[in-house]
Amino acid sequence: MHVGLHHYLFVSFMLFSLGLLGVIMRRNLLVIYMSLELMLNAANLALVSFSRFNNKLDGQVLVFFIITVAAAEVAVGLALIVALYRKRQSAHVEDLTSMKL
Amino acid sequence: MEQINNLVSGGAVEDILFYVFAALTLLCAVLVVANPFSRNPVTSAMFLVLTIISMSGLFLLLHAFFLAAVQILVYAGAVIVLFIFVIMLLDLKEEQRRKIKFFGLAAGLVSVGIVVSIFIKSLASIKPNAAPPMLEGETYALGKLLFTQYTLPFEIVSVLLLVAMIGVILLSKKKLE
Repeated sequence: MHVGLHHYLFVSFMLFSLGLLGVIMRRNLLVIYMSLELMLNAANLALVSFSRFNNKLDGQVLVFFIITVAAAEVAVGLALIVALYRKRQSAHVEDLTSMKL
Repeated sequence: MEQINNLVSGGAVEDILFYVFAALTLLCAVLVVANPFSRNPVTSAMFLVLTIISMSGLFLLLHAFFLAAVQILVYAGAVIVLFIFVIMLLDLKEEQRRKIKFFGLAAGLVSVGIVVSIFIKSLASIKPNAAPPMLEGETYALGKLLFTQYTLPFEIVSVLLLVAMIGVILLSKKKLE
């Protein structure tokens, strides 16, 4: 069978689900962050394949912006994690429950 | 030789490459989130690198050459280095296995159900396009679009990067006032 949009969308969907699973299941903040990156990458893959199969370049420009914003997000998020670790000596989500009622 | 030529012109090689890269991407992604042998975040980061590299292979198959290069430069280069740095800095303990609670399981199932339904809906609405895709994601075309139609978002993103830089410097100062 010839590879088409369906195949790429299926890969993107699987990647997104894996990222979601990681965010729900893991409890190390850094690994949760990596799973978030996986989800962003899944969205990128879907956008690039839409752009290819619709013959429009706009999707790729959008992916370019997403990659830039993701880089900024990683920088800020990791700085937050480091600041949190300095205060609490832990990067596990279950130790960070001070806002729990 | 003729057989190879037939294979290449029929797109069979691209199909095989797609399956190889897709399998690699998904396998490495599984090993990022649920590695059965190691719960070490460094292992996850290394498999994230492999995921990203095989994904840029997928981008190449979609003729998005510029984005494939950017993906490797920005993700495998910058983002992963940041991750590794922070992991080394934090001296993390080994992560214990989590007991799955009922509420977490229910929330997970509901969210996966929503994602599956969105996926099926979007697959059903795909129109089969008759013409084969001709789009080439070359740097020239992408740059032209970026600096004509998308100039304003481009400038806004540059401001965003500046803000992120200042924010990171403030956040990682020794003493938070």
